[in-house]
Amino acid sequence: MGLTLHQIVEFLEAEVLAYPEGLDRVVTHAQGSDLMSDVLAFSHPNCLLITGLANHQVIRTAEVAGLLGVVVVRSKRPAEAVIILAQECEVPLLSTRLGMFDACGTLFSRGIRGMSDLARPRPR
Amino acid sequence: MTDPKHSQQGPLQLVQTFTIKGDDFAAAGSVSLAVKRLLKEVGFPPDALRRVAITAFEAEMNVVMYGGGGEVELLLAPGTARLVVRDHGPGIPDLDLAMQEGWSTATAAMREMGFGAGMGLPNIRRNATRFNIDTAPGQGTTLTADIDI
Repeated sequence: MGLTLHQIVEFLEAEVLAYPEGLDRVVTHAQGSDLMSDVLAFSHPNCLLITGLANHQVIRTAEVAGLLGVVVVRSKRPAEAVIILAQECEVPLLSTRLGMFDACGTLFSRGIRGMSDLARPRPR
Repeated sequence: MTDPKHSQQGPLQLVQTFTIKGDDFAAAGSVSLAVKRLLKEVGFPPDALRRVAITAFEAEMNVVMYGGGGEVELLLAPGTARLVVRDHGPGIPDLDLAMQEGWSTATAAMREMGFGAGMGLPNIRRNATRFNIDTAPGQGTTLTADIDI
């Protein structure tokens, strides 16, 4: 089950910007969001983040939450400092020309699932 | 947290103090990554490590966005980590409101960074085993959060 990041690069016609060493990671779940606090609240470790943001906080969010990688949509090109940070944090960083909806739909049609079916950590 | 020197698990020892620069959005989050790496090196277990990192990150973003800078103390006792996050900002006028998911005073610039959705303090509550916020208008804010293994 799931797709490797190598396969995801192919399906999304993506460019690998950082940490190609991590492309063997296997993805089963993904989350599409531009709200990093939502990612921190709702994501589970070992999921892939698909986002329209391309700043430092996206990479730090990915590392803090233990995500498998980040896909930036709509051909956005993160600043060089962001790419360097992703490499340092060992976060595979991909960029695709596809929009958010198309990128999510492409991965969903190949079996990647969202976070909705996974239990959300309960507020205390 | 009635006894500030002790966690539920035992006496706390200060490991390191980190400085957070206010309004430096490019650096925002770097202290939390340093905390995470330090705890990883001492063998803190992954699930608790993730909870510490998320708590630290949300608190750090608040200090950068609203607090005008501050500091983070990381303390450890067997079985628990404590974060004390202090800023010198304006304080939180209505804490009950700030604890509600979705309530926010963020600016457009903060939202463009992917923060300011009103999830910060609720995320801290979700991830900390115990937490306390000491704040008053004009007196800054101090967050104390314990994360038990």
